[in-house]
Amino acid sequence: MRLEPVANPSTARRLGLPALAIAATMVVAMGLALLAGASPLATLGQIAVGALGSKLAILETLNRATPLIFTGLAVAVAFRAKLWNIGAEAQLYAGAIVTVLLGTGALGGPLVLPVSALVAMLAGAALLLGPVLLKTRLGVDEVVTTLLLNFIMLLFVSYLLEGPMKDPMGMGWPKSQALIPEARLPRIVDGLRLHWGFALAILAAIGVWVIQTRTALGFEIRAVGQSPEAARFAGMPVNAVLVKTALLSGGLAALAGWSEVAGLKGLLSQDLSPGFGYTGIIVAMLALLHPLGVVVTAVFVAGIFVGSDAMSRAAGVPTYIADMLTAVALLCMVLAILLTKVRVVRG
Amino acid sequence: MSEIVDILISASFWAAVIRIASPLILATMGELICERAGVLNLGIEGIMVIGAFTGWMAVWQGLPLWGGVAVAMGAGMLFGLLQSTLTVPFGLSQHVVGLGVTLLASSTASFAYRLMLPEVTSPPKIEPFRPLDIPLLSALPWAGEALSQTALTWAAFAVAGAVAWTLYRTPLGLALRAVGENPAAVEAQGLSVTGLRMGAVIVGSGLMAVGGAFLTLSAFSSFFFGMVNGRGWICVALVVFGGWKPGKALLGAILFAAFDALQIRLQQTELGAVLPYQLFLALPFILSILALILMSRRAEVPAALMVPYNKGER
Repeated sequence: MRLEPVANPSTARRLGLPALAIAATMVVAMGLALLAGASPLATLGQIAVGALGSKLAILETLNRATPLIFTGLAVAVAFRAKLWNIGAEAQLYAGAIVTVLLGTGALGGPLVLPVSALVAMLAGAALLLGPVLLKTRLGVDEVVTTLLLNFIMLLFVSYLLEGPMKDPMGMGWPKSQALIPEARLPRIVDGLRLHWGFALAILAAIGVWVIQTRTALGFEIRAVGQSPEAARFAGMPVNAVLVKTALLSGGLAALAGWSEVAGLKGLLSQDLSPGFGYTGIIVAMLALLHPLGVVVTAVFVAGIFVGSDAMSRAAGVPTYIADMLTAVALLCMVLAILLTKVRVVRG
Repeated sequence: MSEIVDILISASFWAAVIRIASPLILATMGELICERAGVLNLGIEGIMVIGAFTGWMAVWQGLPLWGGVAVAMGAGMLFGLLQSTLTVPFGLSQHVVGLGVTLLASSTASFAYRLMLPEVTSPPKIEPFRPLDIPLLSALPWAGEALSQTALTWAAFAVAGAVAWTLYRTPLGLALRAVGENPAAVEAQGLSVTGLRMGAVIVGSGLMAVGGAFLTLSAFSSFFFGMVNGRGWICVALVVFGGWKPGKALLGAILFAAFDALQIRLQQTELGAVLPYQLFLALPFILSILALILMSRRAEVPAALMVPYNKGER
């Protein structure tokens, strides 16, 4: 077989194939439900209801989507420049550590939140700077270095929580002290469990979109992503663009940690992120690396996770179905998007 | 210092080194085959998880140990088929597909585990491979203890030899290496680039899964979540460290295992009392990054690594 470009893909092709990818994911979901001895349609329904069926469920989904928007943006920004930042998980924790360090009494007053957000971004950016410099200077593949840094960072967090950052009043649990009230992100509406982190995540998405479409940097990032050789030939400082991309990406991922700590958890623990950094890759790819699309796909993916938790309690299908479905959706979607642009011919 | 020397000359230390190296050797050889054929397989981490799970589950269901190895290999090959279908004929991003396969394979293992053992808090144990008793060799004073290893370890070394022999001494190996360097030339010889690359990824993934199964069938006797714990990514680094050559990659895996075995033992010395244990646990990952930096200038990357091939283009 051979692939041939499709000159002018029809609307049916451009919309139908992604829809088919989502349908395929739902078929897999029903198959998994059958395996677990549950009713396929009821399982799908329970996931949907669990994610969006009540005000409480919707708020929970939006809360879960917040860190995914940040990590999804981090990945989308980097992947656009073909900078393979798989280290959003570590950068998230870097942001979380800084937020706790500054928010437990080191700073006071109204400045705590903006300062901790800024310093968190710097920490996340700094963490990605190493791998990107190794890539531009020595040609070391950033996929492996950023992946390995995730493991190093988790061990570092474990060390901090059992050592210098351990809450002395924590009954021996490895967790940090709680943030002071001024360091917490308030709720958007009193009494509703949704914090300002969600609104800020949407603002961040708009900000990234503006950078990508309205600034020289955005143009350079796209050019470098399409062809580094051509960009270099056109006189673009390719390495400098990659470094700037990395700083932006690392900073965005760190904001996920900042908003989780300041908005939701109020402290640092080892289970702060159940893999938000990795899930961010799925969120970004499903959004075709479009920053505004990331908001939509983050809510979609968060809905699958929140809905699956609820469904699992009711129907007994293991909650890991959510991880499987998001992975299946990712693989189906990248294939579907490709097939909107090419057709398979024999020979 | 004398403590370290004592550790380094003890037979039990080298027995541990060879044991720790075994899964790394298997998975590194698997990744090396894929990359020599031009495909970066980032599914490795998840494929090791699925290998660890399926091998263990098969044995727990009553299959013999080698049956468990075969089941693990089959499961790995299945995910290799998925990875290679998407990356070779369709030419999709090897980074994205690889990570997707890792997420899918490891979540499949978690899902199946919970499905088959819904209420279990500690996983059931199986009777793992026992160290082989080899006439004469086992009787030797120092080497006898260091080489007291399971059949799966011996198999890992045999696999490394077989991979090296195939790559450099057979027409198939020549074709595989060529397909990673210049696929158009291979196509011109009338060979199928797609077939060679898919075959390499499928076989390589099978080996990765056996590397994962080593953990449950030989090293430990149960399956735990997170037991692969980054070993797959370390193997990707080992392939680079070994300059894409099986012999050097094998030495890299042993060197790496030596550091790993050393850090476990150092934790029990005075050093372990002073330094946080997390630093010791982070050592393998730090070393992998250092190895990548060290080899960055020298490595000879297969020219067509990560470059999809579409017949009729160029």
